[in-house]
Amino acid sequence: MKSGSRLESVLDSGKFAVTAELGPPRGNLNEKVDAKAKMLGDIVDAINVTDNQTAVVRLSSMAVSARLVSLGHEPVLQMVTRDRNRIALQSDVLGAASLGIKNMLCLSGDHQSFGNQKHAKGVYDIDSLQLIAAVKRIRDEGMILDSVDPLEGEVRMFIGAAENPFAEPREFRPLRLRKKAEAGADFIQTQCIYDISLFREFMKEVTDLGLHERCHILAGVTPLKSYRMASYMAERVAGVVIPESILRRMKDAPEGKGAETGIAICCELIEELRSIEGVHGLHLMAIEWESRVREILEKTGLLPADRDL
Amino acid sequence: MVIAKTKPLEEIFGMIRSCRSLLIVGCAGCTALCLEGGPREVDGLKDRLGALCKEEGSPCRMEGITLERQCEMEFIEELDAIEGDYEAILSLACGAGVQFVAERYPRKPVLPALNTTFIGVNRAVGLYEERCRSCGDCQLASTGGICFVTLCAKSLFNGPCGGSHNGRCEVDPEIPCAWCAIYERLKGQGRLESLLTLRPPMAWKNGVRGLQVHEDFKDRYGR
Repeated sequence: MKSGSRLESVLDSGKFAVTAELGPPRGNLNEKVDAKAKMLGDIVDAINVTDNQTAVVRLSSMAVSARLVSLGHEPVLQMVTRDRNRIALQSDVLGAASLGIKNMLCLSGDHQSFGNQKHAKGVYDIDSLQLIAAVKRIRDEGMILDSVDPLEGEVRMFIGAAENPFAEPREFRPLRLRKKAEAGADFIQTQCIYDISLFREFMKEVTDLGLHERCHILAGVTPLKSYRMASYMAERVAGVVIPESILRRMKDAPEGKGAETGIAICCELIEELRSIEGVHGLHLMAIEWESRVREILEKTGLLPADRDL
Repeated sequence: MVIAKTKPLEEIFGMIRSCRSLLIVGCAGCTALCLEGGPREVDGLKDRLGALCKEEGSPCRMEGITLERQCEMEFIEELDAIEGDYEAILSLACGAGVQFVAERYPRKPVLPALNTTFIGVNRAVGLYEERCRSCGDCQLASTGGICFVTLCAKSLFNGPCGGSHNGRCEVDPEIPCAWCAIYERLKGQGRLESLLTLRPPMAWKNGVRGLQVHEDFKDRYGR
């Protein structure tokens, strides 16, 4: 075991893993964190804690992750290279380990121009792949970048990365995933998937390259709340591809039934994703909709008991 | 070349408002080439500032002169004979030129009329594009001559990120995705292999002031 995390043990035992995303609040209300943790903690293997997502200042992912640990849940600490240089990032890896955090997701992060601090200086000292390699070096060699001085102690960490199968150039995406696996990624959580046939093409390449045997791939899904959200994501969120058929279903949903339709579509997508070779788990990103995760897992037979956990 | 842009007139006027005599100094180097700091711009700025001073009823004696370059002391020396007649100097050079002039006349306020924006190219008349961040460790050999430090919004070393869309950057659909362009160019050259291995972290060299001694002059500067 590289980390001793629950997520790692579920994946290594060959069982289907489920993770879900928790967005920290804009403020420091612990009750909000606790309420979301309660919705997710007992029904998923690990909870991703986003790091100032969309470049909006929020309660820190480190603080929320530490709180989840203290509540008995397992976090996946998301860490972006937008806001910290290699000194701060590596220090935070050590900090995460000392707080009992065992999973990390290494990301470059949404560009600062998207958020509420548009004139912040973007750091980007290193990128997400270089961060993966840095965490692996700390874990496996006990050394930080550019140094051969051994670190005291032992950092155990299950290293995650993201990949977007739908962003261009698509033919390069499986190869970039291989780069991430070679850099040290133990698991991959994908961008949210709506276009199953495009994702199948991606996974075909991934399995042909044997990458599903080198790292665990968790398919990302985001339930749609409304046609408005669907069209916004399709048009405005780079790298999200929503097929016309899904957009039409959301558009044609009867008044007040948008959310139900979105959940139904999400469940159908999950059923299909589970059957794709190389998909070892599900990553559910219910944006400010953590309350519906249980229902989705119930409907798709993915509650822990259904997965022999 | 270095590209610069004239500051808003109100901002410049704010700097010189209390000034009764002003020497406006152009630069015939980069900022003249990008049509912001040459003799024509010196004259134009003098006229516009003069009009504002008149409006405010605060007369200011102004004179304009354009130096060959403000980043070389031998050209700045030309000002020695006349600078004493003015309360302040308004420079239309890049930030380097402004500082070099200020260094020569440390008792005098030397004010910048331009914002230095980037190192770039002249795409067409009046159209400039950034091309270099002077990172100090040129990576262009393996990227098809396209700089990701400059042209990728996140300066990613192992792009493209998940935000490339129709070959465009997620930050602004007007901006091409540098990594998509790198991929396409290398593909055309049959050199995609350079994208398949991890590019390690950059040893950033621009954290402290650059100082460089040419090999042939090491003895002269004792370094």
